[in-house]
Amino acid sequence: MALAALKAQLNGFVKSMHDEGMLDSQFTQIQALQDESNPNFVAEVISLFCDDAKRIITELHKYLDQPDVDYHKLDAYVHQLKGSSSSIGAQRMKLACVDLRQASDEKNKERCLQALNKIMYEYCLLQNKFQTLVQMEKRIFAYESNQQLKESGYAGVST
Amino acid sequence: MGMAAESQFHVLAVDDNIIERKLIERLLKTSSYQVTTVDSGSKALEFLGLDEHGQSNPNQPSVSPNNHQEVEVNLIITDYCMPGMTGYDLLKKIKESTSLRNIPVVIMSSENVPSRITRCLEEGAEEFFLKPVRLSDMNKLRPHMMKTKVKDQKPEIQEEEEEEEEETPEVFQSPQHHHHHQQQQLSNNNNKRKATEEGLSPDRTRPRYSGLTVVSN
Repeated sequence: MALAALKAQLNGFVKSMHDEGMLDSQFTQIQALQDESNPNFVAEVISLFCDDAKRIITELHKYLDQPDVDYHKLDAYVHQLKGSSSSIGAQRMKLACVDLRQASDEKNKERCLQALNKIMYEYCLLQNKFQTLVQMEKRIFAYESNQQLKESGYAGVST
Repeated sequence: MGMAAESQFHVLAVDDNIIERKLIERLLKTSSYQVTTVDSGSKALEFLGLDEHGQSNPNQPSVSPNNHQEVEVNLIITDYCMPGMTGYDLLKKIKESTSLRNIPVVIMSSENVPSRITRCLEEGAEEFFLKPVRLSDMNKLRPHMMKTKVKDQKPEIQEEEEEEEEETPEVFQSPQHHHHHQQQQLSNNNNKRKATEEGLSPDRTRPRYSGLTVVSN
């Protein structure tokens, strides 16, 4: 598949995520920070985000599982996740975090559980799409690296 | 010789969130600044050569034993909400330190709380950025760093530099404006950090209040 087609595929995919409200303009900022000197920036940020989100979601479960919920700690973790979501442009995740924060402020355990479910749901969807996105990025990177190899006269892998 | 300093501004970025640290690092590097990131206010103080109590400690591992300012930091950009020492606490400690208080400090926050912003600016922060921080915000850092860099020069060297500046105006954004800044610096000394005094200076275009209304969207 030619490079232009690969890129168009990626752009189309990202656009669909925008259209669904999963990503906002902040993700575009992240993409803009990727260049030849940092060709894996998007993939790295996504990877960091996913690891962090998984960790925090686990903690949120732990705290909500307690008979006596520590809403203060809960809020601190949600704040973290909201920050990460906002920084990567994960709009629906961010909104789900806002819901959980509100529920936590109200010390409403039932609402908190619902909100956490929403966060998990959004995370699953997002993580899935991110996986596809990263695969596309990898293909583009491999294609471009191969092109560079060919241009510098090394025996390249035939596509 | 000081002209080559443009690519060598060193920013210390403080944020407890790993994604935000990565983002701010990339934003700063893209803007041609040298970057060090730390994940807490206490680590920031350590790096700057102070201990938790704000006392100079030249025996810190990351710092030269001869002069704790050898690891030169031209600007500190810090998140506000951090566990333990907040960005505001860090700002206070820096401004209370005779060795560090001239380093410009910028605060970042995901929450637009006017009283918080005012508090930080009154304590001496140069700017307050709303998160998520953007590339365009990085350009606002340069003027603050340039002021300090020139201020640290000795007077006789400074005169030479003034001449050089006129010859190579492209290095500074507005050389005449910057000249005036230098003269202001020489007369204002360490008092420049007082918010009231800064407010009175008519020729300094302080962007910080306009920075308040910047919503990065």
